[in-house]
Amino acid sequence: MKVLVPVKRVVDYNVKIRVKSDKTGVDLANVKMSMNPFDEISVEEAVRLKEAGVATEVIAVSVGPQQAQETIRTALAMGADRGILVKTDAEVEPLGVAKILKELVGAESPDLVIAGKQAIDDDSNQTGQMLAALLGWSQATFASELEIADGKAKVTREIDGGLQTIEVSMPAVVTADLRLNEPRYASLPNIMKAKKKPIDEKTVEELGVDIAPRLTVLEVTEPAAREAGVKVETVAELVDKLKNEAGVIG
Amino acid sequence: MALDLETRNQLLDTIRRFVRERLVPLEGQVAEDDEVPAEIVQEMRELGLFGLSIDPEHGGLGLNMEEECLVALELGWTSPAFRSVFGTNVGIGSQGLIMDGREDQKAHWLPLLATGEKIASFALTEPEAGSDAGSVRTSAIRDGDHYIMNGTKRFITNADKASVFTVMARTNPDVKGAGGISAFFVPRETPGVSVGLPEKKMGQHGAHVCDVIFDDAKVPAECLIGDHEGVGFKTAMKVLDRGRLHISAVCTGVAERLIDEMTRYAAERKQFGQAIGDFQLIQAMLADSKMEAYAARCMILDAAKKRDAGENVSVEGSCCKLFASEMVGRVADRAVQVFGGAGYIADFGIERFYRDVRLFRIYEGTSQVQQTIIGKAMLRAVRD
Repeated sequence: MKVLVPVKRVVDYNVKIRVKSDKTGVDLANVKMSMNPFDEISVEEAVRLKEAGVATEVIAVSVGPQQAQETIRTALAMGADRGILVKTDAEVEPLGVAKILKELVGAESPDLVIAGKQAIDDDSNQTGQMLAALLGWSQATFASELEIADGKAKVTREIDGGLQTIEVSMPAVVTADLRLNEPRYASLPNIMKAKKKPIDEKTVEELGVDIAPRLTVLEVTEPAAREAGVKVETVAELVDKLKNEAGVIG
Repeated sequence: MALDLETRNQLLDTIRRFVRERLVPLEGQVAEDDEVPAEIVQEMRELGLFGLSIDPEHGGLGLNMEEECLVALELGWTSPAFRSVFGTNVGIGSQGLIMDGREDQKAHWLPLLATGEKIASFALTEPEAGSDAGSVRTSAIRDGDHYIMNGTKRFITNADKASVFTVMARTNPDVKGAGGISAFFVPRETPGVSVGLPEKKMGQHGAHVCDVIFDDAKVPAECLIGDHEGVGFKTAMKVLDRGRLHISAVCTGVAERLIDEMTRYAAERKQFGQAIGDFQLIQAMLADSKMEAYAARCMILDAAKKRDAGENVSVEGSCCKLFASEMVGRVADRAVQVFGGAGYIADFGIERFYRDVRLFRIYEGTSQVQQTIIGKAMLRAVRD
C-alpha cells in the first residue's frame, strides 16, 4: 500500500508573526520556515504504517517554491521514501493544492492520503476535504487514531465534546489532528541519508492544473493589542464590573 | 567530507529543537536528581549524538571539526551535564583509539561507541598527576601476553557508566618523563579494575566523575593502543588538543544561552519605573557579553576551518579554550548581576549555570596550561 503525504512549508511555529506595513500579508523576509506541524504528524503516521508493515511506500509531496524541497527533505529524514516537489512561486489556495494533489494521486495511485488537518499559516482546513471530494474518495478528518485493516480505515475523530469512531473504505483521505501521534526527531544519520533519496520536480503547467486564485485578500491585520487590566478592591466591585461594564452576567 | 549546506542546516535545526524542546525543560530536575533520565539517554542514542565524530565506516556521522563545533554550540544552550552523557564518546574517550588505534581495535569498538551502546572514558589524571601529565605513576608492566596495571586515576568523567577506559600508564619505569607512558583501551570487566563512587561536585550535577582503580589488573596485551609502547603521552596530548575546540564551542553556547536569559530578563524587570535594560549600565553588561561571545564564536569557527584544511591549530585551539572558558565565566557572572537577587536564587537557574561553567577553566587543560602552551609555542617560533 502506497501512502501519499502532502507537506507544506510554513513560517516556523516559534516565530513571532509580523504583518507587512501595507497590510497585504505576513512579512516573510528572513523568517525561519519549517514543515507545518500537522504535516509532521501525518508523516510520522505514514512512517509508522510503513514500519508496521502496513504501508510499502511513503511519498512526501509539497507545492511551493524551490525551498519547499527542504520541507520534503525533512519528511525523507523522518522516513518517507521519496518526494515530489510541484514547483510554483505563486500563492496556491487550498482548491489549487487539492487539484494538484488529485493529479499526483492519479499518477501514483496511492491507497491512502494522510494530510495535516490544516496549515498553521492560513488555517484553512480545506485541502484534505476538497481532495476527497475531487477524487470521490472517503474522507476521515481530524484523526486522533488510525487503524488500517481489510481495505478499510478505522478512524477515531476529534469532534466537539468527544471522540467519534468511523470506518471508511479505502482509498481514503485522512487528515491528522494534534493527538494522532508525537512526531519523532529525525535521527542525524537519517538526515544525512535523506540527501540520497530522490525528489521529483514537476511544474503546475505540466500537471495542467488551473491554480488561479478564487479569493481576493482585502486586508491582513494584526490582532488587536490586549489592554492592561485593572485590579479590583472587593468582590462587590468585581460583580458590579462584570454586570455593568463587561455585561457577562445578568 | 563536509556536509552540503542544506543537510548541515537540517542537522543543526534538529539538534536545536531537541535541545530546546527536550533538554532545557529538564535542567532543574537533572541538577536535583544528579542523573540524566534514562529515556533522554535513549533519545540521544536514537538521534545519533554518540557518533558525531566517529567516521561513517564505523557507524558514526564523521562530522568535520567545523560541523562538530557548530553542533557543540547548539548543545551549549543547555546544562553541560547533558553533553557529558555522550561527550566522552565523541571526544576524549574515543579519540585516542581513533587517532592511534589499530584497525582491529577500531573495528571492534567504534561501532559500539557510535551507537552509545558502550561508553568510553579518558583516564589520564591521577592524585599526583594533573596538569603535569608526564608524571603519570600508574604502571603497566608487561608479563607475557598481559600487562599488570597498578595505580589510581582521579576525576574520570563518566567512569561510573563507562564500559571501557582510555588509560595512560607507565610501561617503562626506567623512563621518568613522557617517553615511558603508553596508552591502553581497557575494558571495565578486566579483573582488578574497579570504579569509585561519584564525587560530590560544585556543579554539572548529572555528570559524574569517579576514581578508577587498577589493582594488579591483568590487561591483555592487545589493549595497547597501536603497536608501540612509549607513545601514550603523545596520544593523550593529541586527544586533548583536538577536544579544546569542542569544549570552547560548548562554553560559547552556554554564554549565548545566558545572554539570551539576561537580555529577556532586562527587558521585563522594572525598577525606578522602567525596564532595567533601559539603564545604560545594564546595557553595558549585555553588550560586553555579546561582544565576547561573538568573538569566541568567530575564533572557534576560524580555528576549526583551519584544522579541517589540514593546518596545525594547536596554538589556536589553546587560544580558543583559554578565551572561551574565561569568557563564559565573565558572562555567567554578569548574568547573576543582571538578575540581581533572582540570580542568586536557585529557581531561576542562573546560579546553577554560574557553578556549572566554573569547571570549563579547569578541565581538559587549565587556563594556566593553555597560557603556557601558547607562550612556549610563540617563543619556539622566534628561536627556531
